[in-house]
Amino acid sequence: MSDEFEPRTERARLAVAGARSATMAALHDRPTGEAVRSLIFQALIMFAVSIALIGLAALLIDAFVEGEGSLSLNLLTEPTSRDADNAGFRTAILGSLWLIGGVVLLVVPLGVGAAIYLEEYANRERWWNRLIELNIQNLAGVPSIVYGILGLAFIVRGPLDLGFVLAAGSMTLALLVLPTVIIAAREAIRAVPPSIREGSMALGATQWQTVRHQVLPAAVPGILTGVILAISRAFGEAAPLLLLGAATFVTADPSDPFSGDFTALPVLIFEQAKQAQSELRELAAAGIIVMLAVLLAMNSFAIWLRNRYEQRW
Amino acid sequence: MEARDIGVSSPVGLSSRLEAPSRRWGEKAIFAALAVCAALSVITTTAIVISLLGPAFGFFQEVSPGDFFLKSEWAPAQELFGVLPLVLGTLSVVLWGLLFAIPIGLGAAIYLSEYAGPRVRKIVKPVLEVLAGIPTVAIGFFGVSLVTPLLQDIWPGEFLGGPPGFFNAGAAALCVGLMIVPIISSISDDAMRSVPAGLREGAYALGAGKMRVALRVVFPAALSGTVASIVLAFSRAVGETMIVILVAGNTPNLTLNPVEPIQAMTAYIGVTATGDIATGTIEYDTVFAVGALLFVITLVANLISIRLVRRYREAYE
Repeated sequence: MSDEFEPRTERARLAVAGARSATMAALHDRPTGEAVRSLIFQALIMFAVSIALIGLAALLIDAFVEGEGSLSLNLLTEPTSRDADNAGFRTAILGSLWLIGGVVLLVVPLGVGAAIYLEEYANRERWWNRLIELNIQNLAGVPSIVYGILGLAFIVRGPLDLGFVLAAGSMTLALLVLPTVIIAAREAIRAVPPSIREGSMALGATQWQTVRHQVLPAAVPGILTGVILAISRAFGEAAPLLLLGAATFVTADPSDPFSGDFTALPVLIFEQAKQAQSELRELAAAGIIVMLAVLLAMNSFAIWLRNRYEQRW
Repeated sequence: MEARDIGVSSPVGLSSRLEAPSRRWGEKAIFAALAVCAALSVITTTAIVISLLGPAFGFFQEVSPGDFFLKSEWAPAQELFGVLPLVLGTLSVVLWGLLFAIPIGLGAAIYLSEYAGPRVRKIVKPVLEVLAGIPTVAIGFFGVSLVTPLLQDIWPGEFLGGPPGFFNAGAAALCVGLMIVPIISSISDDAMRSVPAGLREGAYALGAGKMRVALRVVFPAALSGTVASIVLAFSRAVGETMIVILVAGNTPNLTLNPVEPIQAMTAYIGVTATGDIATGTIEYDTVFAVGALLFVITLVANLISIRLVRRYREAYE
């Protein structure tokens, strides 16, 4: 760049050279201290990231190393047993699947319904709609064990009085993950451009017809992703189930949501992890591997779904 | 006014023909059903409050609130109802956990938003978020089987009164810290990325280096989002149950020392309110009193973080 400018006079040449050297000095001769500090800082934040990544890797490797000895298909096909050699997770896995099935049945209509209401119908100027929104955001942060207390006081006993049954667990877990589903479904619905709605309304469709035939089909992938994420949270949640009578030693497969004596995978793992006795510990680690494998499968499916059906408007 | 006179058909007639031929009760019923779905969240909160307050009220008729909040011994079997050891147990895990998670989470956030290229970011951020999705039972098992033994091995002699025992708050804090790192890093990263590029470019134009821009421009500009992420992480850590039961033990203990075993509020609820507890006993009511305290603490934290997140959204979006 500097080549293009030819100073006419000696005086101008001197002035340009002076200005250039001053600028260059200011740009390049930064105090060396700052350069060093900047490098140290970069090293520190990369160290922070690696600590978190190493923690995750250590967790996975640890579960694998501890549980490797017990990994076999028996884990999936055998029921719980006092004899650690023959014990498996069949009853617990089936219990978890039943629980999750109930959660899906409840959470999909309720969560999507609430999201449609908030995005398509609610007037944000009204205080009650703002209250509902704030409420959902807060519910997303209520500790899971408090939902356990709610389930114990309202569903197991109290008004619903179902007793310690699988359905009570499903309902409590559904309430626990409902805010997650609502928030995800709202984002998916919001991502559908207004022009789609306007086009539908202009053709004479009612508001519900517009929602039902235009907005919802376009939002399905986003909603499904949110539902799967919510399910994976419910799948790994043990704390509320402790309060709802998820037993630890159940050898019979669940057969009916309103019968007692159910268990779930994370609850059984918790029970085994509590025992220092090494064979049960190994079994707990193997259970964790099974649980993480199921979660990995669910999350991969969610990611695949998002990539497959993601729409750009 | 004049338009009405020159109109081909009267506007009154037009609007009456545009009106729906029926009253559309179906639409109204659907609206009502959807509103009920949304109202369910309010019902849930109300139910939580009622289910906590009822028994907690009964509890405070038996035990004076002064004893509950100020006495320093918790042993319901011996009728000692000072909740401080449980609160301090929770605080011990949460504070040590935050001490671990805040530098790591913020470092990761600055790295992701200011240093990492788009390709690295696209891999590292979801991988970090995997940590948030791992069931806490698994993290608790990790604590018992690896973190505690590791701490015992590397503990420097008699520091803080000797190496931690099998149950200790320190290992639980590290595990809880690991769990909340992605909350801090993800939300802070979002907040930092929503700082307008113009602010950064202005600083670069004045000759600032990358570190200076990150620490003096982006970090302060994203402060409310960052604080919100930390408050949210605090709320999560306070409510965490499985890790503290498995790793920190179940001994009420009035201490912040990380080598000591403690009992957190959530752990007390988790081990006491299992299926066979009898209704109507004072022990049953303690669960609700402790639960109500837990709910209030997390409620305050959640409201603060919601408010702060809203502020950074309003400022830059």
